[in-house]
Amino acid sequence: MFKNLLDWIEYRIPMMRVANMHAIQYPAPKNMNFWYIFGFLATIVLVNQIVTGIWLTMNFVPTAEGAFASVEYIMRDVPYGDILRYMHSTGASAFFIVVYLHMFRGMMYGSYQKPRELLWLFGMFIYLALMAEAFMGYVLPWGQMSYWGAQVIVSLFSAIPVIGPDLVEWIQGDYVISGATLNRFFALHVIALPLVIVILVFLHIVALHEVGSNNPDGVEVKRKKGSLSEDQKTKFEMHEYYTNKYDIIDDVVPFFPHIVLKDLVAFCVFLALFSWVMFFNPAMGGYFLEAPNFEVANPLKTPEHIFPVWYFTPFYAILKAVPDKLGGVIMMFAAIIALFLLPWIDRGKVKSWRYRCGFHRWNLLIFAVVFIFLGYLGGTPQENWKITASQIATFMYFGFFVLLFIYSKNEKTKPVPERITK
Amino acid sequence: MSNVSVDSNDSSVNDNQTQDNPRRRFLTVATSVVGAAGVVGVAVPFIGSWSPSEKAKAAGADVEIDISKVEPGQLIRVIWRSKPVWVVRRTPELLASLSQHEEQLKDPNSEVEQQPAFAQNPYRSLKEEYLILVGICTHLGCSPQHLTDGAFEQYAEGVSEGFFCPCHGSKFDMAGRVFESVPAPSNLQVPPYFFVDDNTVIIGSLGEGEAV
Repeated sequence: MFKNLLDWIEYRIPMMRVANMHAIQYPAPKNMNFWYIFGFLATIVLVNQIVTGIWLTMNFVPTAEGAFASVEYIMRDVPYGDILRYMHSTGASAFFIVVYLHMFRGMMYGSYQKPRELLWLFGMFIYLALMAEAFMGYVLPWGQMSYWGAQVIVSLFSAIPVIGPDLVEWIQGDYVISGATLNRFFALHVIALPLVIVILVFLHIVALHEVGSNNPDGVEVKRKKGSLSEDQKTKFEMHEYYTNKYDIIDDVVPFFPHIVLKDLVAFCVFLALFSWVMFFNPAMGGYFLEAPNFEVANPLKTPEHIFPVWYFTPFYAILKAVPDKLGGVIMMFAAIIALFLLPWIDRGKVKSWRYRCGFHRWNLLIFAVVFIFLGYLGGTPQENWKITASQIATFMYFGFFVLLFIYSKNEKTKPVPERITK
Repeated sequence: MSNVSVDSNDSSVNDNQTQDNPRRRFLTVATSVVGAAGVVGVAVPFIGSWSPSEKAKAAGADVEIDISKVEPGQLIRVIWRSKPVWVVRRTPELLASLSQHEEQLKDPNSEVEQQPAFAQNPYRSLKEEYLILVGICTHLGCSPQHLTDGAFEQYAEGVSEGFFCPCHGSKFDMAGRVFESVPAPSNLQVPPYFFVDDNTVIIGSLGEGEAV
């Protein structure tokens, strides 16, 4: 009966074929470690954001007069409204945590290198769309930090020569940040950008499955057709889409159940951490929800310190490090563009940092520390020493890419093993 | 991809025909150009819709002020884009005193861009006599008080008139220039404005030929 139904469907739409190809019989390297859980977690968070977001729109009022009050209404009067909102706000920060770790994984193991350049680019576009999505979402509650954060970010565009001031008016839909701005950010936040993100995630996964997953050794598991003997090939049944084109070496496991179960363990741990924040510490000491945002937006009263939420603070520090406004804006965007260009800045042939020169390991670790330090500088009140510190840190941020470009050309690497090590 | 077949009769696969057929190429290019023009046309309402609406334009419109009845030394307040704007008619004695306390100021020459280019002068105004400022403290947005007849002297030695912010004690002189060692980082903002005639000033736009 059930089998008949499946057959009936399969004859009309390739349901089982796609499921087998992408979720069940997908060859995943067997040495995928802890760092390989964040793509899965990001997907989970995306679903959380979409579902809780839909529920929040049911009570949110996207006007300058009504927004703040409607958020209070959700918090106090709507049944489970506080839980839904905290799931959404905690999800926003969780999204960036897992995405930053996911990106760092890609950098450690060279997952952006040939042939995964496009995969990396799709990922970077997701990151970009996510930043726009998070920024606009933060404006919606119409608190003080929503308003003044929007003021700071939108006024960045005024630094663009010639068209800047007109562009700002066009973005705001008014001469100041106003209800018109709030309403359009709402439209973009709930319809336009989620659509873009979902489409990009789809493309990211399609691109991933086309080139195959990288792994901590950076050893390709898909080999040229006919290059492997029968006992070197995997004994698992993989989808013919992969086996027809390649010989798959015996270092892979099918995605289901092996990888799915591993991801589910990670999911449980993640859920515990997430729930702790959501139920006991949703503001996370002012990092996930900033204190000034519990006060309604007031165009005549600037908060004492204006910070973006933690996930933007590294770039905010770069912006502030440059004395010139336009220069700061250019540097800030350059910091993101540099990440986009990583597949071409890194001219090395060895993927994983396990087999690259020691200098590369240090370079990458220092880059990570500098990024966190920039986040600290951009997220704490301005002091004199921090200006110099953020200039040095900005220099080091870009230094990572410059050094990588130089030493990766003729890098002294260790021999890469023929097979995955353990 | 074993189950994907290519239809050998599909003309688009046949290179010879597509590339060497000028008529087909012309039609392809012409269709693409017309299509592109259509895309541009249809983009107009979507992009244009983001500009300020008529309601926003009305709310943010220029303000016309009659200054014929402002006495020397008097300050009047008007509202422009929901912010208070001050118009002060300064006396010649006051104008002469402006240069005498410059060493106490943070930015006496108005180097920080808090004014249109025409107001980057010692008086921070278009006409020396009339000081026009946005009356919002550059620190945290309170509206400072106008202290006259020596009442300002308690806050700044030797300066008889100025603006004092009651919220956090920022001080500005009668050109809107900020004093040293107060929380406000920069001079008060000068809005764009121009004089239609001797008695009328328009706040919100620059006169012809003026740059921001």
